[in-house]
Amino acid sequence: MSILTAPGTTDPSVLREAVALAHRIGKETAAVHAADVDREGRFPKETVDAFRAERLLGAMVPTELGGLGHDVRTTAAIVRTVARYCASSAMILAMHHIQVASLVRHGRSEALRDYARRVAAEQLLLASATTEVGIGGNTRNSSCYVERVGDDGPGQTFKVTKQAPVISYGQYADAIFTTARRAEDSPASDQVLAVCESAAVHLTPLSGWDTMGFRGTCSLGFTLEATGDAALIHDDSFGDISAQTMLPVAHLLWGSLWLGLAEEASWRAQRFVQKAARKNPGQTPPASARLAALMVTRQEFAASVDSMMTRYEQIQDDPEALGSIDFMVAINTLKISASTEVVDVVNQALLICGIQGYREDTEFSLGRLLRDAHGAAVMVNNDRIAGNTAQLALMQREF
Amino acid sequence: MSSTVTDSIRALLAEHARLGVDVASLSDTDDLYTAGMTSHASVTVMLACEDEWDVEFPQQMLKKSTFASIANIRAALAELEVEGASA
Repeated sequence: MSILTAPGTTDPSVLREAVALAHRIGKETAAVHAADVDREGRFPKETVDAFRAERLLGAMVPTELGGLGHDVRTTAAIVRTVARYCASSAMILAMHHIQVASLVRHGRSEALRDYARRVAAEQLLLASATTEVGIGGNTRNSSCYVERVGDDGPGQTFKVTKQAPVISYGQYADAIFTTARRAEDSPASDQVLAVCESAAVHLTPLSGWDTMGFRGTCSLGFTLEATGDAALIHDDSFGDISAQTMLPVAHLLWGSLWLGLAEEASWRAQRFVQKAARKNPGQTPPASARLAALMVTRQEFAASVDSMMTRYEQIQDDPEALGSIDFMVAINTLKISASTEVVDVVNQALLICGIQGYREDTEFSLGRLLRDAHGAAVMVNNDRIAGNTAQLALMQREF
Repeated sequence: MSSTVTDSIRALLAEHARLGVDVASLSDTDDLYTAGMTSHASVTVMLACEDEWDVEFPQQMLKKSTFASIANIRAALAELEVEGASA
């Protein structure tokens, strides 16, 4: 199985085993440290080590390059499952996979193929610096640029300095995939994606990360100063990488993550109602009606993530279809709906669990889940995505 | 006649494409995205073309390449039977 295989060919046994593995890592490691990671706002090192031990950082690297060759559906299933135990750990895994997907789909040079081999062999953790101070969250514009040093060809190096308002887990990553203008005289939208290996990266913190939720992603701002091998600049323009891979894979993996978070909240509510029912057999617990309503939202949520996954699988190797207005509207809309529904589900679960969910010390506690859920609409701002979608809607045609 | 359509396209680009360079410095075949036009700006260019020539670009023409150069935009207008757009 590779992410380049035909759509709809996910082997059910591979998917089952992947989900079982994610539950095991979730129970044995992620859940054990989740409260501490949240309280201290620290990197979930134990869980990332567990991902490494199971070779999961190379999950999306094709088997011929030494990876597990998971497709997006399998990867999303693991992210969704881990999110039930520690959403920060799941987010780090998702953000890593988004970079790996870009690398394996758009890095065709021998140097980038070799780097993909190293990601799998050495279980390298990839972070990204795609936003920039003064740009306003739009990843498709850069002001910094890549300066090439030396003649074209082997031995040429690059230098880049970027003020990045956010580099999630930047100081724990083995490389930071950095966007910058192609050259000093390139316009803001003519961007490349460069692999900046940590050994040649200097990070100076610009801001901390003391937030409401997703506290373990350690999404600090940094000034990044990097040098590297010019062969590690992706072949395709960042515009193409973003439209064809980074954006759809990101929205599918995030949507799956938020779905997992919502499912955990939903199951806590369901267990709460079941417990109440056992105490008074024959009497329907008062929260039952709310539970039925919650299950409607949860089912719609799961169905919308699943249908976009299928749609992506059908066109993932067709750049024209990926760049079509219809698909861009649909994939943006998934991000907005999933990030809204996750808060809705956790809110409904809280009303069902009542004071038991409000308390921080019960098996039905929903505090961290609710705080994490609110990150979905904010960490990548829904208003900006809605603005893009509205712009695209001006071009959409009936057919 | 055909130069008039090209001139109008250039005028629309100057107003709406938010290029990093002067439109006059670009040839008809230069890549407008490389010259700094964002996908957002290309939507504005499309709307301006639709208004200028009272046409509607059909679904299959709404792709990045349609607006990638002055020549491409003119070819698209020719396909929509805009007078003077065919070479």
